[in-house]
Amino acid sequence: MALLNLHLKVWRQNGSQPGHFQDIEAPEIPDHASFLEMMDIVNERLIANGQDPIAFDHDCREGICGACSMTINGMPHGPERATTTCQLHMRKFRTGDTIWIEPFRARSFPVVKDLMVDRGAFDRIMQAGGFVSIRTGSAPEGNSIPIGKDVADAAMDAAACIGCGACVASCKNASAMLFVSAKVGQLNTLPQGQPERQRRTLGMVRQMDAEGFGNCTNQYECEAACPKEISVRWITKLNRDYAVAAVKDIVGAGRQQAGGEGGD
Amino acid sequence: MSAVFESLTRFYQSSIGKKTLVALTGAMLVLFVLGHMIGNLLIFVGPHAINEYGHFLQTVGHGMGVWVARIGLLAAVVIHIVATIQLTKANRAAREQRYGCEATQVASRSSRFMIWSGLTLLAFIVYHLLHFTAHAGNNYGSYMTDLDGHQVHDVYKMVIAGFSWAPAAIFYVIAMLMLCSHLSHGVSSLFQTLGLATNKTWPIFKFVGHAYAALILVGNCSIPIAIWVFGYGH
Amino acid sequence: MVQPLLTMSLDSKIPSGPMAEKWTRHKRDSKLINPKNKRKYSVIVVGSGLAGSAAAASLSEMGYKVKCFCFQDSARRAHSIAAQGGINAAKNYQNDGDSVHRLFYDTVKGGDFRAREANVHRLAEVSVNIIDQCVAQGVPFAREYGGGLANRSFGGAQVSRTFYARGQTGQQLLLGAYSALNKEIARGGVEMYSRTEMLDLIVVNGQTKGIVVRNLVTGKIDAHVADTVLLCTGGYGNVFFLSTNAMGCNVTATWRAHRKGAFFANPCYTQIHPTCIPVSGDYQSKLTLMSESLRNDGRVWVPKKAEDCGKNPADIPEADRDYYLERKYPSFGNLAPRDISSRAAKEACDDGRGVGPGGRGVYLDFAESIRDFGRNTIAERYGNLFDMYERITGESAYERPMRIYPAVHYTMGGLWVDYNLMSNLPGLHVLGEANFSDHGANRLGASALMQGLADGYFVIPTTVANYLVTQKPGEVTLDNPEVKKAVADAEERTKKLLSVKGKRSVDSFHRELGLLVWDKCGMARTREGLQEAIDRIPALREEFWNNVTVPGSGDAANQELEKAGRVADFMEFAELLCIDAQNREESCGGHFREEHQYPDGEAKRNDQDFSYVAAWEYSGNCSQPKLNKEPLTFEEVHLAVRSYK
Repeated sequence: MALLNLHLKVWRQNGSQPGHFQDIEAPEIPDHASFLEMMDIVNERLIANGQDPIAFDHDCREGICGACSMTINGMPHGPERATTTCQLHMRKFRTGDTIWIEPFRARSFPVVKDLMVDRGAFDRIMQAGGFVSIRTGSAPEGNSIPIGKDVADAAMDAAACIGCGACVASCKNASAMLFVSAKVGQLNTLPQGQPERQRRTLGMVRQMDAEGFGNCTNQYECEAACPKEISVRWITKLNRDYAVAAVKDIVGAGRQQAGGEGGD
Repeated sequence: MSAVFESLTRFYQSSIGKKTLVALTGAMLVLFVLGHMIGNLLIFVGPHAINEYGHFLQTVGHGMGVWVARIGLLAAVVIHIVATIQLTKANRAAREQRYGCEATQVASRSSRFMIWSGLTLLAFIVYHLLHFTAHAGNNYGSYMTDLDGHQVHDVYKMVIAGFSWAPAAIFYVIAMLMLCSHLSHGVSSLFQTLGLATNKTWPIFKFVGHAYAALILVGNCSIPIAIWVFGYGH
Repeated sequence: MVQPLLTMSLDSKIPSGPMAEKWTRHKRDSKLINPKNKRKYSVIVVGSGLAGSAAAASLSEMGYKVKCFCFQDSARRAHSIAAQGGINAAKNYQNDGDSVHRLFYDTVKGGDFRAREANVHRLAEVSVNIIDQCVAQGVPFAREYGGGLANRSFGGAQVSRTFYARGQTGQQLLLGAYSALNKEIARGGVEMYSRTEMLDLIVVNGQTKGIVVRNLVTGKIDAHVADTVLLCTGGYGNVFFLSTNAMGCNVTATWRAHRKGAFFANPCYTQIHPTCIPVSGDYQSKLTLMSESLRNDGRVWVPKKAEDCGKNPADIPEADRDYYLERKYPSFGNLAPRDISSRAAKEACDDGRGVGPGGRGVYLDFAESIRDFGRNTIAERYGNLFDMYERITGESAYERPMRIYPAVHYTMGGLWVDYNLMSNLPGLHVLGEANFSDHGANRLGASALMQGLADGYFVIPTTVANYLVTQKPGEVTLDNPEVKKAVADAEERTKKLLSVKGKRSVDSFHRELGLLVWDKCGMARTREGLQEAIDRIPALREEFWNNVTVPGSGDAANQELEKAGRVADFMEFAELLCIDAQNREESCGGHFREEHQYPDGEAKRNDQDFSYVAAWEYSGNCSQPKLNKEPLTFEEVHLAVRSYK
């Protein structure tokens, strides 16, 4: 096991006050440590020196909860493909490297502290239609809805999203289209999601807009940054589903006009 | 009526709705530049062919055709530009604090340059219309020639004269480079925005987009190059 | 601290009648609250994992006013999300002879006959409804080409009853429950409080009436009151510091409830998962689980001779390898249950034949499967896992055997609850991993997800009314003196943590505690070792309160303060864990006492003296808990030695 000497440039910020980069030396970091374990070591040293440790979100540390959210050298979750920060290991760095560590930057992800941001916008988007309105206990027998393997697999591809927000952080426009398209796409692909398809599509896109995310310009940085490799073809599908839903909305097709209930 | 209007407004106000309009107007403009280029290339067939073509455009539908096209194109350009400027402003606002260390993994240069290539094109279009349509600062309007017994505008002479002035030719070539850049992202992008791409077809759209951009660049630039390098028309 | 005046009786409220009819009868006999009155009752749900989200959503659908709390930044990040393998259900879609009774039997046997039969039977019954519910929500379970749901055999079960969604069944089920929760949040039935941690339970006149919470962004501590509280706060595996639990998993909610009178049952039942990536250094913050499914195609071995341990595994000839699981358990082989496989790995390493750093690892070898089925087939089955292994260790499992070692994974013990999932403390309900009820001394693979969702979707919506009808809605308000006192106590404790200003970080204490507990109360335990831990923990606890350093203030986001509060509770809980392990003079499931084994090293249960639930009561002194016993009786299942030979 080798030890690495690193120079860190870490974003420090308290709530809504302006932030700044702090230069922190991180000598003798074991290359077998994960990136977050490196942060733990740095924090232990800061605490020992009476300094404020760096706040960062993290929880499962096995790449599934989506809590960890650092932009490392300009790339959300760092340089390794299909890997969350918690699964990134220090052997991917060289001794002497300078590492920039910043929060996921977007107006819709306000900084709570240091590298910790508020991703509540994602929850609110989900509340605007990311569900099938079925009551507990009212479900039909599981096998009564046959779903082809290809359809189930496609839905699973979309459902692999861990809601980390790397797509927003990597997008040049801080757009949330990859996240929203994966979430809308999972349910719009499955037969269970069809009754609420139009309502869901309109509702979630409107909420996404209301949260102040940017707009997709088809540059696909999101797909490159996504730790679960969600495909931008879900964005294609969302564009299509939204156009169809909007046209139906404009001409008053479907039950929406009759019920006087919009999709938001 | 008001319910429909409300839904239309919401569509325009939404991120995807605006982008859909950008893609649709973009598609119109993409087809226009192809038609325009084919028309221009008639210059290599000879003065008669291009003058006949010019006359046809002026007179089709009792002279109404050109105005329908002009109004349609103007509307497309205005929607395309207004919507993209609004989108770009929203995009800038969506990230107030920039990254200290910026990195780009896959976004193409042309995709990141769209607003600037687009605005350069806008400037060019204004100049181009003043130059060739409004004849501002020149007397191209008085160039007339005989076509099968009718007195018509001498488009051929106008084009040769226009490009023979070096600054115009240089600006034109720069604008065509911008157009090429704009199209190389824009053409394939519109298939994505209109929801028409699939994993299988995407590589085709991407190739077609690049090829189309290159074709327009080569086709349009062939005219000033022919005039300046090979002395065509002199 | 006031001692309870009399020992509360442990009435498990198991309905009468034959086992297969108990739940039906109980549903029939349970109280109902009419829809208009339901709106008047409020429910607090702590935790937003499978049990919490499912309960919050289902109760809100029924009309109750629900508040749901989680310490994560979003309800969707609760640690249920990390479950990989699958969820069991007695659907018998494979026509391989599965039934509710068989799932019930397997679970009781798998739990080494230390679970409450009636609860387990109910779990097996509702397992089929869970699958229906999740499918309807749009959970993308694996499917056959014909469109039907796919199953696999998992965790040593002899039928294929496990439903799965790639390697992320936990995430998909949690997202299903989270979507139901979102639906209810949008409708206004649930108020969600994320980044909000429960610090204490509020008990007024012997009834649970609310919780004290800290807003992890602003630091503000305040109270929420309701007519009942549901703790869905998961297990206490992080008492070992290194575990497969998420960093934030903690015992605080259940421990604080315990201190307020709730009995803590069977804390010594801790599950050690056999296939985790070994520890690589002392900076290590957590252990990563590799799905158990790997054992379907991998063969576990260590060198026969200790001197071979340092060699490249490829250079060790077949004759010098000890495939110890296949040798000891010929019929189950590499698929032997978790506790048995884990202990066998420990024995091999204790024997000096462990591999990798520190000699704490065994090989899981895919060479034979790659030879038989081809690299592509293996990559198709386990590609993701092999990639993850390579990311973490820098080694390719295609080229050389994986190194694995057991790690703490799940805790079967938890707060004592009756058949209604209510603890002995009236009004306190406990769901999912946080309670003790369904897994006995050992949990079978793919049963945790089943239990969390069963409790949340199907059990609590029926049983909660039995308590609520006894209460006048909204009786306790925020200006109640008990409420104010609970808030003041929590504020005081936070101030105390901040004011120690000692020399050692919170993590250093947690690491020391974890190592001690792992060493003395891990995979194998002895009376003396446990005594040593019981002697040392109070001293460590005292040092913690005198020498911990918690930087920053209590008035803002402060992760060190959060950790400090949790570690302070682990410091107290760890002692109870060891006391329970010392009290239980037998080996069963996840609890292995070296004194109690057969000559061949198998666990030796003592049904005569220990066929009971040890429900510990807080006496006011962590070192002197009081033992209450709920005897376990078995009507349907005959007690037998649990053999997997």
